[in-house]
Amino acid sequence: MTKEHANWSPYDNNGGTCVAIAGADYCVIAADTRMSTGYSILTRDYSKICKLADKSYMASSGFQADVKALQKVLSSRHLIYQHQHNKQMSCPAMAQLLSNTLYYKRFFPYYAFNVLGGLDSEGKGCVFTYDAVGSYERVGYSAQGSGATLITPFLDNQLKSPSPLLLPAKDAVTPLSEAEAVDLVKTCFASATERDIYTGDSVEIIILNAKGVRSETEQLRKD
Amino acid sequence: MFRNQYDTDVTTWSPAGRLFQVEYAMEAVKQGSAAIGLRSKTHVVLACVNKANSELSSHQRKIFKVDDHIGVAIAGLTADGRVLSRYMRSECINYGYTYESPLPVGRLVVQLADKAQVCTQRSWKRPYGVGLLVAGLDESGAHLYYNCPSGNYFEYQAFAIGSRSQAAKTYLERKFEKFPESSRDDLVKDALFAIRETLQGEKLTSSVCTIAVVGVGEAFNILDQETVQALINEFEISGEEAPTNESAAEQAGGDADSAPDQSGAAAEGEAAPMDI
Repeated sequence: MTKEHANWSPYDNNGGTCVAIAGADYCVIAADTRMSTGYSILTRDYSKICKLADKSYMASSGFQADVKALQKVLSSRHLIYQHQHNKQMSCPAMAQLLSNTLYYKRFFPYYAFNVLGGLDSEGKGCVFTYDAVGSYERVGYSAQGSGATLITPFLDNQLKSPSPLLLPAKDAVTPLSEAEAVDLVKTCFASATERDIYTGDSVEIIILNAKGVRSETEQLRKD
Repeated sequence: MFRNQYDTDVTTWSPAGRLFQVEYAMEAVKQGSAAIGLRSKTHVVLACVNKANSELSSHQRKIFKVDDHIGVAIAGLTADGRVLSRYMRSECINYGYTYESPLPVGRLVVQLADKAQVCTQRSWKRPYGVGLLVAGLDESGAHLYYNCPSGNYFEYQAFAIGSRSQAAKTYLERKFEKFPESSRDDLVKDALFAIRETLQGEKLTSSVCTIAVVGVGEAFNILDQETVQALINEFEISGEEAPTNESAAEQAGGDADSAPDQSGAAAEGEAAPMDI
């Protein structure tokens, strides 16, 4: 007796790639703007990046309907936090909240692969990387989504992250300058676009630093 | 108010058709320190008197931001006010989550009023002992509402609640016809003048009052102490007359310093500084 299986799935994969890099006093969060389904393109101009707080930006690839729901839940929770504490949430606090929110749906997960980027309370860049059910880690850089397997080895080579097992703990943030990091991100996406069919059209780059927030858009191959 | 045999329960009517517990709740509002609100076509200003219990303690918060477009000032049992503000914030967040647009002020006050009404019809509850001045902006313009413990609510051009609010009300009654066309700054000045009426001769400084503004292009925000003190200094030095319109304000600015006591006494003579 084989078990009957559903003839539909509640999930879909809209593709796309997200990257974030932490610097000594800045953070770069980037995501391509292509939204796909199957072998088709739904739109070339969809933002996967959401501002959760003044110093926390989340980029998510995966099933965009779940991503949108997740963004709304976190935004509402942030409003509640602001009412109760009279200040914005710090990036590490938001990181924990995101983890808890994802695990809350452990048995019907948000199909979202997230990268949270921002500045911690000391002004240093911080990047947190997640799986679909909330397992997370603070890292110096991360890539998620369909192009992650193409980008991560490249970043490993360029950013030479120290092992997290080292004692004393070495800082994972890159010594690169802000401009160099932005250029590196553009290179990552240009490369991923070549071989990943779900990545392309354009990349939206958010740069957070002490002075505020800046946004850049770079065109990518549209095939 | 007098004690009688019909006032123990909120669910007991008196022979004259009154619910005394509800009326006693409204008394609690009248005992609280004053809060006033006034609006123009584009802005709403809330102001309240902050009395600290002692020099050692901090002031009680009487003005709460509910959402970017709504704020509330309370008078009466501030604990009840805090709880109701939390309810209002929650409603705004849920509405924003579902409809991705700001909750219309009129809807919020009805929900608040219905919540208050429930407490007038359950024997195991008591009415909320707080009056709320809800200031907000939505598609239909600027609004100021007053929510009673009884579950009633009314829309106002300007209103004052709490102790010695009659003095402020009298001042507002004189000025309210000009409010719809007032500028934001004139509204704030009028609010400060109205607050001063309730202080009955006590010196108006930024440490005894709080001002908040919401308007077109301006999210609800509470003005900081320095700004308020600067505004107070401005009109105390330039003369005692409240700005009725732009030219009068300029004229008052050009006047020589008038003795504050004299003018204060003159203003008091016009107003009827009586408690309710």
